[in-house]
Amino acid sequence: MTMSVDARAPAPATLIPGATPLAEGAPNPKIAVRDLDFYYGQSKALKGISLDLAERHVTAFIGPSGCGKSTLLRVLNRMYDLYPGQRAEGEVLLDGKNILDADIDRNLLRARVGMVFQKPTPFPMSIYDNIAFGIRLYEKLPKSEMDGRVEAALKGAALWTEVKDKLDASGLSLSGGQQQRLCIARTVAIKPEVILFDEPASALDPISTAKIEELIDELKERYTIAIVTHNMQQAGRVSDYTAFMYLGELIEFGDTTKLFTAPQQQRTQDYITGRFG
Amino acid sequence: MTTPATDPAAHAGPSAANPIYLARKRTDAILRALSVAAAALGLVWLALILFSLIWNGLPGLSPSLFTRMTPPPGQNEGGLANAIAGSVMLTVIGVGIGAPVGMLAGTWLAEYGRHDRLATVIRFINDILLSAPSIIIGLFVYGFVVVPMGGFSGLAGALALAVIVIPVVVRTTENMLLLVPNTLREAAAALGMPRSLVIRRVAFKAAQVGIVTGVLLATARVMGETAPLLFTVLSNQFWSLDVTQTMANLPVTINNFVQSPYAFWKQLAWSGALLITFAVLSLNIAARLIGGERKPK
Repeated sequence: MTMSVDARAPAPATLIPGATPLAEGAPNPKIAVRDLDFYYGQSKALKGISLDLAERHVTAFIGPSGCGKSTLLRVLNRMYDLYPGQRAEGEVLLDGKNILDADIDRNLLRARVGMVFQKPTPFPMSIYDNIAFGIRLYEKLPKSEMDGRVEAALKGAALWTEVKDKLDASGLSLSGGQQQRLCIARTVAIKPEVILFDEPASALDPISTAKIEELIDELKERYTIAIVTHNMQQAGRVSDYTAFMYLGELIEFGDTTKLFTAPQQQRTQDYITGRFG
Repeated sequence: MTTPATDPAAHAGPSAANPIYLARKRTDAILRALSVAAAALGLVWLALILFSLIWNGLPGLSPSLFTRMTPPPGQNEGGLANAIAGSVMLTVIGVGIGAPVGMLAGTWLAEYGRHDRLATVIRFINDILLSAPSIIIGLFVYGFVVVPMGGFSGLAGALALAVIVIPVVVRTTENMLLLVPNTLREAAAALGMPRSLVIRRVAFKAAQVGIVTGVLLATARVMGETAPLLFTVLSNQFWSLDVTQTMANLPVTINNFVQSPYAFWKQLAWSGALLITFAVLSLNIAARLIGGERKPK
């Protein structure tokens, strides 16, 4: 299933005056972040962030620890809302609608903007139920159809051949890399539009990491993807656009190849060449 | 390719009109209302208890409550000084005996007895002790201490309180030590630290807030215990801090005075109840504050 290119999408963000330079020649933004400030209590963790997430492309957030990249990711599906004292100001437009508005239904938002976390988080139930659980939240399907959806999700996460004979086994019995792919399968099973990855491979071995990266590459055919990573090579391998953040500010944002080969900012240059961070 | 209107998935997918989602939200609203109501119902009784205690006990609060002895029958002046002092003493001795024993036992269970058969048995017995009615504990101490010693005594009362404190402290100590991650023990052992030091300097350090909280809660628990004291210390009308003799204490005094025909005694009982309640309340709040220093998980 291909999604229609949304004609209602806002004009490319580059037209907004005064905004941080955005990726040039980027396709339609699926998510447009505008002048986003974020606070943990009194301390300001994000300062005036503006950037676009191009539809069906991968955007990577890089930067040293504490630069705000994970915070930014957690604003995109309002995961921060689970904790009192955290608040965001500004605009985050998903298909042109500001998701920071108070009347946004967060459950529906998170069903559209899925998330995969750093550590694999399979639920304590069978592999099958790990997938079916999310589907049942919004759909009541006959068994045969549910079986098909579970299979499709597991295939989509490149896990089907490894688990097809043990769907009743606990999700926790899988290896770390398999667990992470199970989490990805669980996320894609409910057909989100955007998938957020928060350092999805940092707890995995190189082979599992390679599989996750391949998977992300396949997933971007259908989903808009944002990924936070500590690993610059990984950002270089999987992403189309890269945002470099430092101390809560967006320092540079653009085409991944350009950012890594010809950075415009000295601080970006210092970071990607390993002088700090 | 398809517009959302003709896409069959649009009806089934996440949307505010999705019937499954609507039903779920309805259930959520009902259950939330029920739990708020249940919480309110629980709090109403607490509020009523506090209100009646303050309403009835506050008029009797005066300096003489803390300076005068419990009055003999018919006398319309006096206080609770000997009962307050006795209660403090019984609690201090009881916790002083019970807390160390409980902490040592809990430490053994968590650190050495983890894979020991005996530990399973001890844990089971401890759980029984934890839920044993306190009057049974009073009877036990009566049989084992009061009768052989030939009379009621403060020591017997303190021992009864200690028997109540022990299982509570065993439980919390073990649980708190089990929360300390094994990687921390491995890291300490990797420095060449012997097992006993790992426990004393690293595991205890990590668990101390929880253990202190547990001891404070156990203290609060025994402060108001009446039943185990009835058969052990009895009461005393006079000032006495001799642990081999009967000793005045707040719970038994309240118990006796509230059943008396004298209005003044009843007033003293109310004021004593108010005192105990506030002592228990402040210990609980202290435990909360100390425990709250840990970041929520």
